Amino acid sequence: MPHSEEDIRLMMEKIGVSSLSDLYSDVPGEVILKRDYNLPSAMSEIELRKHFKELGSKNSPMIIFGGMGVYDHYSPSVISHLLSRSEFYTAYTPYQPEISQGTLQYIFEYQSMISELTGLDATNASMYDGATAAAEVMFMMVASSKKKDRVLISSTLLDNVRKVIETYAKYHGVKVTIVPEKDGVTDLESIYSELAKNDVAGVILPTPNKYGIIEDFTGVADKVHENKSLFGIYADPSTLAVLRSPAEWGADVACGDGQSLGMPLSFGGPYLGYISCNKSMLRKMPGRVVGATKDIDGKRGFVLTLQAREQHIRREKATSNICSNQSLMALYATVYLSLMGREGLKEVNKLSCDGAHYLYNKLIETGKFHPVYDKPFLKEFVVSTDLNMEKVNKALMSHGIMGGIVLENGNVAFAVTEKRSKEEIDKLIELMLEV
Amino acid sequence: MVNYDKIIFELSAPGRKGYSLPSDNYHTDGFKDIPSDLLRKQEADLPEVNELDVVRHYTNLSNKNFGVDTGFYPLGSCTMKYNPKINEELCSLPEFTSLHPLQDENSVQGALELYWNLQKMLSEIAGLEEFTLNPYAGAHGELTGLLVMKKYHESRGDFKRTKVIVPDSAHGTNPASAMVAGFEVVEVKSKPNGSIDVEDLKPLLDDTVAGIMMTNPNTLGMFETEIVEIAKLVHDAGGLLYYDGANLNPLLGKVRPGDMGFDIMHINLHKTFSTPHGGGGPGSGPVGVASHLTKHLPNPRVVKDENDKFHILSDNKDTLGNISSFMGNFGVMMRAYAYILSLGKENIKNVGPLSTLNANYIKESLKDDFLLPIEGVCKHEFVFDGLKDKSTGVTTLNVAKRLLDYGFHAPTIYFPLLFHESMMIEPTETESKDTLDRFIEVMHKIAEEAREMPEVVKDAPVNTIVRKLDETTAAKNPILKYKDLTEV
Repeated sequence: MPHSEEDIRLMMEKIGVSSLSDLYSDVPGEVILKRDYNLPSAMSEIELRKHFKELGSKNSPMIIFGGMGVYDHYSPSVISHLLSRSEFYTAYTPYQPEISQGTLQYIFEYQSMISELTGLDATNASMYDGATAAAEVMFMMVASSKKKDRVLISSTLLDNVRKVIETYAKYHGVKVTIVPEKDGVTDLESIYSELAKNDVAGVILPTPNKYGIIEDFTGVADKVHENKSLFGIYADPSTLAVLRSPAEWGADVACGDGQSLGMPLSFGGPYLGYISCNKSMLRKMPGRVVGATKDIDGKRGFVLTLQAREQHIRREKATSNICSNQSLMALYATVYLSLMGREGLKEVNKLSCDGAHYLYNKLIETGKFHPVYDKPFLKEFVVSTDLNMEKVNKALMSHGIMGGIVLENGNVAFAVTEKRSKEEIDKLIELMLEV
Repeated sequence: MVNYDKIIFELSAPGRKGYSLPSDNYHTDGFKDIPSDLLRKQEADLPEVNELDVVRHYTNLSNKNFGVDTGFYPLGSCTMKYNPKINEELCSLPEFTSLHPLQDENSVQGALELYWNLQKMLSEIAGLEEFTLNPYAGAHGELTGLLVMKKYHESRGDFKRTKVIVPDSAHGTNPASAMVAGFEVVEVKSKPNGSIDVEDLKPLLDDTVAGIMMTNPNTLGMFETEIVEIAKLVHDAGGLLYYDGANLNPLLGKVRPGDMGFDIMHINLHKTFSTPHGGGGPGSGPVGVASHLTKHLPNPRVVKDENDKFHILSDNKDTLGNISSFMGNFGVMMRAYAYILSLGKENIKNVGPLSTLNANYIKESLKDDFLLPIEGVCKHEFVFDGLKDKSTGVTTLNVAKRLLDYGFHAPTIYFPLLFHESMMIEPTETESKDTLDRFIEVMHKIAEEAREMPEVVKDAPVNTIVRKLDETTAAKNPILKYKDLTEV
């Protein structure tokens, strides 16, 4: 708080009040708080650092073999340095474009890069997370359809994403049908029979799915489009450097969580959600969008555009209430993708994929773990086991390792990224067998 | 400064590299097990740039930006206060940033303790029973709070309450959030001074009303003095009161929303609790509720047991459901927590009065040149209806752009919609008297320019990196990615 006593006196004099409480004379006395908050006393920086250190000591950072939508990918050192430039992080939404070209341009670059990964025409400036992005895609589908009010989602979509979609759908009044799975992948026949009922606005299917399996959507786009419905894919953007893109599958819209683009795990956030779509859905897409234009001197510049869709103009007629983006995390993704580039992101996938297959083969070799699905995977997979995983994971934890995540049916999901080494994997197996 | 105008793709050439990765020693070819049909055919055309060029590129872009650290940011309703640097340091501690959200709860006790402590602190500040920190932003908090409202009525078997009342002066997210939550929006009129018209409200209150969304002080920065009566009216009609925390800052230390009768609220940690706006996010929009609503808060929840151990609850049956992948923007919560602890109970109570002092000081100093539609003490912000002298033809937009030339951010303009030339100014408590005096001086100077050489103001900005941008063409022929630009 910057004022001296004298500053305050001079300012009160200008205003014509004799005490700071006079500034609240319009507030009914009965609602004025007449005591101090029951909060801790002020801490100096020294005390604060100690307090955080003490809290931090109650956490155990781990060597991570868990995934389920959150992956321990490598984060190049450059990123945190650039993100800590306060011209970026202390700025507001770029409503004054003349002094916000930095923010506007990196969002434009972000949109360009995500569009490259998905192969689709347009990408917005980002959403809160993958789950809320998927829920908004559901709204986009219903808003794009004249009469159809039902959306199909696969039971192979991550459970936490499905739950958010269900919440948004339930209260807003959208019907959601969870399509069953067969051998770890979406049962496409069920999709086709649901489509035949003629009330399906759209279908959202994941790849890789919650078991890490790369799903095969051959023929899906045609069937969906024959029924005048929309096809959406929930995809991990990191994997799109190597896996068939949503555009190549014939999808109209794609969404997912940007965490896999090297973002710190951060106990669940901040990450970002992305939405890309083709031109025909552009004006139904929620959130901010940045476009390139010129100024009156003919100089290239960037602005927020298509704002007629947004809540501050349309109020209750808007299709979404979002009025921000995860801007700084979009900068994160942009710098990450600039550094990794075309080759680096492929290498990340190759290393993760080879590591995951190495672990998978080793686990099966032990005889204590067994294949569950005979399906292709990239960096994450599911096995069954004879071991008591609760005990195993507890033992691993004492060695600073987060083991595989135990699913409801007792199977175990392991994820491997380029950050894991062969030695760490060997150690993991050794420790698990010791239990 | 060098005029820098490259896009990252323009620095790219095949074979350039900005990363370092370990070599692959697995002797396993994982890709061979993936059918080629499932692999990408056309490569993603990501840029290939060396590390130093990436660093210079984004450093140059940062120079094209204006932040709180660059200069005064009197953006109304946005509470652009200083973002203390110690918070940035603390939230980067690897003991927190390296935690996987699905780690065993025994291995994240420190993170859960922080989450729980912050919940409790916000409850005390808000005068409400319990908070969830899961919502990601203000608008997300609004949606979450409205779903609590809906779930509450439905859990009582009351399905006819389909309407939410929103003042006509409210921020656009209020009606939009109500729509997303599946409510019908009913507008209540404001009086000329921006306060809710209680006589207009009364006939709207019946058994189809789920609740009302309000902010206090209202969008004009004026305290709703009839709040106690409004709360009684709404409660008597069986409705709930939702408090939009956008304007919480002036109440710190003075008034608690719960004590005014609000049942549900959200707080913008990125406004009131000093976490950076990040160019538009990530924010955080915790939602607090009164005791009869706690069971409807979203899953997962953080609770403390009798042995001071913290747990994540995911199976509460009365919940409205899940609204986030995990438990919100944890990194943002860490900063807000550090902020509350730095100020402590001794200083946080001064935030409200000092932000109010700063706003009134600017208002009183400028009302000779700018039209003040509502006299009287404001709270943390106030609205001018443009320049007092309307004969010059200089608009609020012109004044805003001219401010950029003088090195200030513009106020919020053309909002609220109650006036034609709205200019909404919120200085926050972290600005010194010297800064306010410089701003006042420049505003007077612009008013003088408007009288004596209006063209100068109308041509603004002239000192910025780019000048007036063609927004019409941008919307008509959207160029939304680099390839659109190169293909034109």
